[in-house]
Amino acid sequence: MSEPAAAPMPSSTKNPLRALVLAGGLTFEREVSINSGGQVVEALTRAGVEAELHDADAELLPGLAATPSDAVFIALHGATGEDGALRAVLDLAGVPYVGSPAAACRLAWDKPAAKSVVRSAGVGTPDWVALPHSTFRELGAGAVLDLIVARLGLPLMVKPASGGSSLGVQKVDRVEDLPAAMVSCFAYGDTVMVERFVDGVELALSVIDLGDGPEALPAVEIAPESGVFDYTSRYTPGLTEYHCPARVSDEVAARAAAVALRVHDVLGLAGLSRTDAIVTPDGEVHFLEVNVSPGLTETSMFPMAVEAAGYTLGEVLGRLLTRAAHEGPITQ
Amino acid sequence: MPDPSVGTGQAGAHSSGASPHVSPRHPRLDPLADRYAARTHGMKSSEIRALFSVVSRPEVVSLAGGMPAVTALPLDAVGSMIGELVSGMGAQTLQYGSGQGDPRLRERICDVMALEGIIDARASEVVVTVGSQQGLDLVTRVFVDPGDVILAEAPSYVGALGVFQAAQAEVRHVAMDDDGLIPEALEQALLECRAQGRRVKFLYTVPNFHNPAGVTLSEPRRDAIVAIAEQYDLLIIEDNPYGLLGFENEPMRALRARNEERIIYLGSFSKTFSPGLRVGWVLAPLAVREKLVLATEAQVLCPPSLTQYAVARYLDTQPWREQIKIFTELYRERRDATLESLSALMPAGTTWTKPDGGFYVWLKLPHGLDAKLMQPRAVAAHVAYVPGIGFYADGQGREYMRLSYCYPEPDRIREGVRRLARVIEAELDLHSTFDSVDTGTFRAVPAPPPVIGPANADQPEDLQP
Repeated sequence: MSEPAAAPMPSSTKNPLRALVLAGGLTFEREVSINSGGQVVEALTRAGVEAELHDADAELLPGLAATPSDAVFIALHGATGEDGALRAVLDLAGVPYVGSPAAACRLAWDKPAAKSVVRSAGVGTPDWVALPHSTFRELGAGAVLDLIVARLGLPLMVKPASGGSSLGVQKVDRVEDLPAAMVSCFAYGDTVMVERFVDGVELALSVIDLGDGPEALPAVEIAPESGVFDYTSRYTPGLTEYHCPARVSDEVAARAAAVALRVHDVLGLAGLSRTDAIVTPDGEVHFLEVNVSPGLTETSMFPMAVEAAGYTLGEVLGRLLTRAAHEGPITQ
Repeated sequence: MPDPSVGTGQAGAHSSGASPHVSPRHPRLDPLADRYAARTHGMKSSEIRALFSVVSRPEVVSLAGGMPAVTALPLDAVGSMIGELVSGMGAQTLQYGSGQGDPRLRERICDVMALEGIIDARASEVVVTVGSQQGLDLVTRVFVDPGDVILAEAPSYVGALGVFQAAQAEVRHVAMDDDGLIPEALEQALLECRAQGRRVKFLYTVPNFHNPAGVTLSEPRRDAIVAIAEQYDLLIIEDNPYGLLGFENEPMRALRARNEERIIYLGSFSKTFSPGLRVGWVLAPLAVREKLVLATEAQVLCPPSLTQYAVARYLDTQPWREQIKIFTELYRERRDATLESLSALMPAGTTWTKPDGGFYVWLKLPHGLDAKLMQPRAVAAHVAYVPGIGFYADGQGREYMRLSYCYPEPDRIREGVRRLARVIEAELDLHSTFDSVDTGTFRAVPAPPPVIGPANADQPEDLQP
């Protein structure tokens, strides 16, 4: 990192920072994104930033050209916002933005690819296989599923190879439920990842980098009442217990923080990220996936971690924006 | 193993210090989580709702919402009319009004109901409500205790099911076909309830251009159902928002026109004028009306004065019958575009109803397909529909979807149906891959492996992509 060493707090007295917060998009996670975007604008405004909400649509680029912002905050979830595509376009347009660069996003967005990199870096992650529909069609779904079950055992997690908010994610306990789970998961995308189920404490591990290097925030422990952290559990207040800091030993907390920092580092992420992980009863931390555009809604884990660390959300987002604005656009 | 000393990882371990603005969160994010009434337990975030949010983007063809085509109204004339109501009559239109509703509007409502054969209704029997939705809620409050049985068509209007669920009623569905509710099925349901010692509080039915099924109760069945009501001492709630929106024939005689004692009638201006004004009504026998007025006063004091005056003035001064013809011509054109595209494009095994009026086509997918599970694929293809499961209280309807043709222009409808056809074809392709899998032939499932170590150095790499 060159300069600045640490991003200053945005000032509300002179020339306030102008930020464009992107939310919405044309993905399954549009609603979540709109909620995130609203929270971001509110938090930034409180921190003295002039923040405006905008969808990622055909009016975005002309609007940015006509009235440039100091930096863009991407609160889009799902494709475009998280797969690096929009960031690549912002790079072309010379617009600075908060968070990870396009190439890193593309890697993180592809869950199986990210798992490979993370495992190679020495971080544990449940065994998996990711296959497109065509493989099952060509080789015979029965034979391929038989191999998967024989190798990975049961229960299994079936999830879209990309995407967030737990959409399309299912736990399969019985082999006879597997074909139907595959069918419903393929509705979310052409590649499905089947992962060995690892039982343990679910943690959300947020990382921020305000200029002094990546910092792991206190882990958020997720305990859904239903046992499965699906969309309903995630977005209905009252259905899930969140504990922050997580109810784990100091040693496990330190290990989890180290995993989050390692993931952030090896995938080339910047600014902010949230790694989802499982802690098994032996205290090991297993990487599940990482989000370059973590949810920022009222029930999201990243803001909980920020608050538990003693920051306000506006302070953190404001400093991230200031830093992005100072560093300027990414050029290749 | 990564170096655990890298990060701080613990609260308060950095220089920022605690902020006075931060108050600790409740672990459930909702300190009131254990206090809610039992009737709220079904109120949860859902993936279906989340997927709907893309509908607001212009790239998506929405065959989902049932939004009337209000831009076909003479908006300038309506605008000046409402302006005059405020500038000239503000003392009344901006003031509280009667709980039962404006007497003049109630008179005009009787004129509207006469178009469907209800010629004996008196203004004193009419209660104006905030849309017929509030009317349905009032009727349910007045008649239904938790655990009571309500009969409703299969499928049934989702907004009604929401009201019944909030009242903790047990909804039992009664089969329908292309001629609407099946009298024999109704009789069967009544007999079953009687055999179980359960009293049916009422039958809820949408006889004209049903939402979501699109079908209309035939003339002979109307008489049959009223006769069954007599025979079995059944109360019927007749919900009729679409009755004047027929494409082919004159409006049919309402059930209420055939029997005034056993039928409570719900009407609405949402489809014939404007849904945004939220004006509907209940026509009920006097004793019931009395309770409805008390119930509505407890709920909203009185229906909004300004919108009641607006509807009354609209009926007094604007060519509203001609406007309904303009609406129906527009909807007929859109219905035609929908049915023609469906016939041309839908894969074999798909069937659908052919409405003579109203807003909706009810589509049945080829065997094995599930409209709810298919929804993400449709969102990705930029077409939206409502999965059928929402129109049942008991989890049926997975193979159905509701298509609304009321809002998009015909060309958009054709494009939407084209996209939908491709979505269904892709889903069929997926099912052909997985439906034949016989998991019974799979080799034995291995015992759960020991917990995986951190580096996984000894894990098989050949499974990795």
